[in-house]
Amino acid sequence: MMWQAVSEVPKYSLIPLFCGSFLVAFPAILISAVLGIGCAIYLAEIASPRTREILKPTLELLGGIPSVVIGFMMLSLLATTVQHLFHTKFRLNAFVGSLGVSLAVLPLVITLAEDALRAVPRELRDASYALGASKWQTIWATVIPAAVSGISAAVILGFGRALGETMIVVLATGNAALVTGNIFSSVRTMTATIAAELGAVDQGSEHYYALFLVGAILFTLTFLLNLISEIVLNRMRHQLRM
Amino acid sequence: MDVSTELEKMEESQPMEKTNVSRVKSPPESETHKPEPEKVKILVERLSVSYGGAQALKEVSLGIEPRSVTALIGPSGCGKSTFLRALNRMNDTIPGTRTEGKVMIDRVNIYDPDINVVALRRVVGMVFQKSNPFPKSVFDNVVYGPRLHGIRDRMKLEEIAEESLKRAALWNEVKDRLHKPALELSGGQQQRLCIARVLAVNPEILLMDEPASALDPISTAKIEELIQDLKKNYTIVIVTHNMQQAARVSDCTAFFYLGSLVEQGDTKKIFTVPDRKETEDYITGRFG
Amino acid sequence: MSGSLTITVPDLKIKESRWGEILLEALVRLFALAPLCALAFILVKIFQNGHKAISLEFLTQPPIEGMTQGGIFPCVFGTLVVTILMIAMALPLGVGSAIYLVEYAGEGFLFRIIRAAVNNLAGVPSIVFGLFGVGFFVLFVGRNIDHVLQTGLLFGQPCLLWAAATLSVLVLPVIIVSTEEALNAVPQSQRAASLALGATKWQTIRDVVLPQARGGILTGAILSISRGAGETAPILFTGCAYFLPRLPLVKLFGVFPMVNPFDQFMELSYHIFIMATQSTDAEKTLPIQYGTTLVLITLTFLLNLVAILLRVHFRQKLGQVSLQ
Repeated sequence: MMWQAVSEVPKYSLIPLFCGSFLVAFPAILISAVLGIGCAIYLAEIASPRTREILKPTLELLGGIPSVVIGFMMLSLLATTVQHLFHTKFRLNAFVGSLGVSLAVLPLVITLAEDALRAVPRELRDASYALGASKWQTIWATVIPAAVSGISAAVILGFGRALGETMIVVLATGNAALVTGNIFSSVRTMTATIAAELGAVDQGSEHYYALFLVGAILFTLTFLLNLISEIVLNRMRHQLRM
Repeated sequence: MDVSTELEKMEESQPMEKTNVSRVKSPPESETHKPEPEKVKILVERLSVSYGGAQALKEVSLGIEPRSVTALIGPSGCGKSTFLRALNRMNDTIPGTRTEGKVMIDRVNIYDPDINVVALRRVVGMVFQKSNPFPKSVFDNVVYGPRLHGIRDRMKLEEIAEESLKRAALWNEVKDRLHKPALELSGGQQQRLCIARVLAVNPEILLMDEPASALDPISTAKIEELIQDLKKNYTIVIVTHNMQQAARVSDCTAFFYLGSLVEQGDTKKIFTVPDRKETEDYITGRFG
Repeated sequence: MSGSLTITVPDLKIKESRWGEILLEALVRLFALAPLCALAFILVKIFQNGHKAISLEFLTQPPIEGMTQGGIFPCVFGTLVVTILMIAMALPLGVGSAIYLVEYAGEGFLFRIIRAAVNNLAGVPSIVFGLFGVGFFVLFVGRNIDHVLQTGLLFGQPCLLWAAATLSVLVLPVIIVSTEEALNAVPQSQRAASLALGATKWQTIRDVVLPQARGGILTGAILSISRGAGETAPILFTGCAYFLPRLPLVKLFGVFPMVNPFDQFMELSYHIFIMATQSTDAEKTLPIQYGTTLVLITLTFLLNLVAILLRVHFRQKLGQVSLQ
């Protein structure tokens, strides 16, 4: 179960790469989902219009930061800090990578989740208030349940984005193709493998095809996730418009 | 059909005389129907509401008796919905609203800073113009309020649901589909579901903002019947642009125009011998 | 009815304490602060560490001494050139597709396929675009053109042309979506008025709809330029190089300098990447890394800011039209 493309007897197992991708993407989407949904609730339900006017462009600017810059910042600034805080063995590891990826995915999740919350019609909130519900009771018992499909779609798409992230993981995860469950270990993701090895490959060689296979699998994964989120979103539209 | 003719059909006692138009104007804030404070459920004193600078209500004073139906009539934009929403402080949810004056319910001013607004809306319930059931099951809709206010016992909730749905004259139609989506019901059924939902929190006052305007005549008739039934236990204030409906359904009527209360009084009187010219003009359809 | 449900008017004066809600609200406000803080942190740190490296020399001179001195001019030039090429390819194709989707297509099968394709394209990982660029553009299209035109190894190798092409496929969804939004924002009444005056459908689109959709299209173009300048993965293997002795220019007829699309080029984001992973003397190159990052982020930020302002401006303008 190793990925050793450059060795006497090259071994092309996808498992360490899968392991790496998911070990980075899961924590990343976890962080982004929690922070992102919370921020979306703030934007959609609590913030004043003026605050929204400031916060929304800020999110756009955050989303416009090139991922290579985020990766570079992780590598040069945060990795050492994290190592001091958590006493990790490897300075560059999946955790550092997932922090960077969550930052890259956050704007997407916030935007989509906020759209889902705002799509809940005003009449439903009015009905809830008129029954003697407070603001948070309304959010909890009416708005969020009505928007749950849209929020799920946001998280699913964010996860797809996290899986597909390249530059941050190449720079910050250490690129060691290990099969491990330890988040503080160096890992190598599918995306990083392609990015690191495609330049040194001969066209038509086994290695070449292996890399294209990894790419095809990545494409299929994100395609499926997109499809699932579409289906989930359609459920929401159907449910609210019925 | 002339409104007064319809009234006469309903009257048991002698019909009132219709005097002619050009008479002496009575003073504003007609004193003829101001009930004594002790007998009043809702007493509004000089209520003024503005949205972001635009005045919607000007110094409205009005008294509403318990267990009666009061209809608020007037042309579009005259402030009657604003007035209704002031009674359960739903205007508070609209940013930029300023409210001045007093609204006393059982002699407690609900605009007092001490007042728990959220709890107020359990005492004063509201039904909206376009029915707005939650995208949940019929049962979950009805018990939404009770659940919020702490009742978790399943049997108790079922009891409450059954009673509320019966009071809203909907029980027989939904008793076999309590856990199906509420949005599958017809328009009229949805509106009665919204009424049941409000009744489930046990209010004392019911506010209805054009409850039947989006419904077909048969559903409208059912709702009007329901209102007549409900008034035995609740104080009802209903906004309507349908004058025949106001005449059919209410005990007292208040006529609003351009943000002011022009006239209020006994429904029969308003629709046959109103004191004010504007009231007469509106009722006879000279403007709408 | 149930006893605990009854509440009477005097009860209204009792204030309930809502601890949980106050906590929740504070928590959510804190969460909303997170993106702000992250953005501020990144900007401040990059500026702090990078501003010392910025000078006129930095921006106009090529790197020397193994990237430890000199400037990044070729990177700036390369970035400019590749994004211009990219937008030249993507804009006509993207705007055309959007016009088709909004003005001509019905709700039929083909329409839904294209719709789905655009949505999915937006979610494809950038490295997969890079693979596509290598496998399709460079190796398949390029080598075949070479074969047909007998040009040796001109088209069939990584170069500006294919890097720009790969980037243009990447930003295509951005352009299509913004153009669609802009077209949909033009009221149906405008089209009706034009057709009622005897104009054809295409004339209506060209003279009435497109001019009014200008704002949205421009915003989309600027956003995609910003995106293209920041992406690294698609150009890793389709045309970028770490150190080139000269700019991708060629003298047309020996006199007029013109961009040579068959040349390789240096690029800002690629430069940051390679310096961060492969520079031999990390200490010395670090200030230059930060400096380059500062330049790149200033570029993308300015572009994004312009796009945001444009959007606000055109939204106000369109608001005036719709009110009439």
